[in-house]
Amino acid sequence: MPTRRDMLKAMAAAGIGTLAPVGALMAKASTDSRLVVVVLRGGLDGLSVVPPTGERDYYRARPNIAVPKPGARRGALDLGGGFGLHPGLAPLLPLYRELSLLPIQAVGLQARTRSHFDAQDILENGTSRPRGAHDGWLNRSLAAIGGSGRLGLSVGHGVPLIIRGPAPIRTWEPSFLPRADTGFLDRLAVLYQGDPLFAKALKAARISALAGPDGMGRSAKRAAPGNAGKVLARAMGKLLVQEAGPRIAVIEVGGWDTHVAQAGTLGQLLPKLAEGLMTLKEALGPVWDRTAIVAVSEFGRTVAENGGRGTDHGTAGMVLLLGGAVAGGRVAGRWPGLSKRALFEDRDLMPTTDIRSVFKGILRDHFEISEARLEDRIFPGSRKAPAMAGLIRKG
Amino acid sequence: MSRRNAFIAINRFGLGARPGELNRIAGDPRGWLENQITATAAPREFQNLPPASESAKAFFRSRRQGVKAIRRAYKTYLRKRYFDEINSRALAHIRSQTPFAERMVAFWGNHFTVSAKRFFISPMAGAYEREAIRPHIFGRFEDMLLAAVRHPAMLLYLDNAGSVGPNSIAGRIIKRGLNENLAREILELHTLGVGGGYSQNDVTEFARILTGWSVGGIGKRQKLTGVFNYVGFAHEPGSKTLLGKRYTEAGEAEGTAALKALARHPSTARFLATKLARHFIADDPPKDAIRHLERRFLATDGDLAEVAKTLIRLAPTWREPLAKVKTGYEYAISIFRALGVDRQPRKGYLPILFALGHVPFTAPSPKGWPDRAGDWIAPESLMRRIELARAMSTRLPRRINPGRFVESTIAPIAGVDTRRLVARAPSTDEAMALLFSSPEFQRR
Repeated sequence: MPTRRDMLKAMAAAGIGTLAPVGALMAKASTDSRLVVVVLRGGLDGLSVVPPTGERDYYRARPNIAVPKPGARRGALDLGGGFGLHPGLAPLLPLYRELSLLPIQAVGLQARTRSHFDAQDILENGTSRPRGAHDGWLNRSLAAIGGSGRLGLSVGHGVPLIIRGPAPIRTWEPSFLPRADTGFLDRLAVLYQGDPLFAKALKAARISALAGPDGMGRSAKRAAPGNAGKVLARAMGKLLVQEAGPRIAVIEVGGWDTHVAQAGTLGQLLPKLAEGLMTLKEALGPVWDRTAIVAVSEFGRTVAENGGRGTDHGTAGMVLLLGGAVAGGRVAGRWPGLSKRALFEDRDLMPTTDIRSVFKGILRDHFEISEARLEDRIFPGSRKAPAMAGLIRKG
Repeated sequence: MSRRNAFIAINRFGLGARPGELNRIAGDPRGWLENQITATAAPREFQNLPPASESAKAFFRSRRQGVKAIRRAYKTYLRKRYFDEINSRALAHIRSQTPFAERMVAFWGNHFTVSAKRFFISPMAGAYEREAIRPHIFGRFEDMLLAAVRHPAMLLYLDNAGSVGPNSIAGRIIKRGLNENLAREILELHTLGVGGGYSQNDVTEFARILTGWSVGGIGKRQKLTGVFNYVGFAHEPGSKTLLGKRYTEAGEAEGTAALKALARHPSTARFLATKLARHFIADDPPKDAIRHLERRFLATDGDLAEVAKTLIRLAPTWREPLAKVKTGYEYAISIFRALGVDRQPRKGYLPILFALGHVPFTAPSPKGWPDRAGDWIAPESLMRRIELARAMSTRLPRRINPGRFVESTIAPIAGVDTRRLVARAPSTDEAMALLFSSPEFQRR
């Protein structure tokens, strides 16, 4: 029979209960910077988000679904240099003018795959092949930014591979169910002692629950489909703004696999994405200036439209960087062009930047992680993908 | 030993024990499973649900009247149809006397995922499972593959219904082209698997083969049938080459022949054997087990009854009773089964399944629901299970005996600590919540 002493020991092991209720959730980071990764699942069409409105080939390849030129009805918002921004992302345009929005074109994985699932796996595990690692590069980054406590955050029901791993993280999800009482959870912690999977998850959930985002309540009603992104974004911002809070956070957004009726689908999804990002910005408040948000997808889509006014799985895509810490106001990345000769396998945008170069550039300049560490630990075997310079604002 | 095997049969291969079930099958757990490997009628809970064609027709009909009409149709009755499907299925699973068969329906339904993440699929996903999957779970894989790919829900979900051969009559007039979504996912997710040895060229050729495979009524001037419809003038003419094999121009028959070849491809056998073993044995199943399933599949031309028999005869499946974690759905169903509560909750099962992150027919992608412990037990997802267990337990009658429920569910493998903690719990409802939150109850 477990004694009171056993109970206390178990609670101590879980870092909760009577012994250290507050200390357990205090994170102490050696950095003030914040990084948010938005994983856009399904293969976002970069050529719609930041359309090359200066290219005749773009309009030739997409007679029905190209984003019209700036000035036209529902036309792109001019970014200069022959590129535009999808009109659904209009709320982000002021950020571009403030030099806080940085689209990077023609970014791709090192491995060439048109499988969603292999590509997502590579994007998240940070190696050059599917199942190349069992943990994610964001989790490995947590170990490198220095400090103690739970410096990572995942919002939503599950934890995506990109931030899974040995470094402990915090989590948040709205719930309409009544919160389980402490005494009960204490007994459960004892019950879970022999099962590491359950023990670790319960501990993380309890610590996370100790300091939920202020004023978010328990109601999941506001997180009804269609509104869920905003609720998650606000919670994420409120947690990131805390000084003893997390420094690296991740959120997933699905629905980008636009094989049919792409213009209509993106016309609905992109305003939602912009709304979520602006909600996050608002919640970040003063911390916005120290924040870099990076929105990425597993691959881009075919240059030409398909039979259903959509596009099929492609290769290079686009990465969207934004935040007060970002050196934006331009479209980065070497643009390969869309002429037939310039395409990858006669159909896709040619990748000119390895996606790991983008991630390494952010981690190096935002968190001062050394390139050696980036190469050895976080993106093993990535020497040929050097950190991209100039993504983060200096000083 | 036999009660331990009964626990495995009922949880690993079933949906959790109903009161008395553990004892009832303890004499011959494997026999209990074997007896379920036979053609059975669909559960009576499904009797009044309409076929998928009705929902496809309703979708097409409203679409002809514009976006507002679509919204109205879903708000007024198609969404309700979807909720009815989910509630009927949950209830059937809670009452089921053949839970192994139901698990196989769910496994193959997940293998051939259609998802309500695309809204128009929602009212027809349940009917799809009934019509394309259920009749074939102990039949031939080839027949299931054909039924799934020809089904309106799949043709719409993966966009083949609107794919047009660029050199077909339709393609030349309306200047539309291929949509390779279905072709790619058949190769990657339904048959060969991602490393199964196909190229981008195979994907494109297969998409050409499948042009014309559509649904009656998708075109405005077409007859509204809502079932499979081969549109000859959208079919790409000429011969095609898939996996090195030439398919000469044969219209609809090309697709049938290609699917039959894929169904008996060695990569398909390997891929399906791995998935089955991962679902029923362990996240990283023993290679031996995979090999046995694979061989049986090849030797019997994909006879799924034979493969199922092999699965339950494999030694490793009876070794570690708690190797896998129940999915969110399996978890919820097993609580209702354990309690023997056969009446639908006032608000239906949807809120519970939503909280557990596992509403049927809403898989995040064509790959279906994930199948590893880490995908189901994360901090928030575990906390929702715990909150649910706690909330449900407080609504039980005070006089129930938790010890009896331990006996009828996890007793054969329950740890000493679990038994003691449940026995020592300060209240009946807390004892029940501890039982339902225990790793022994959440694993299978």
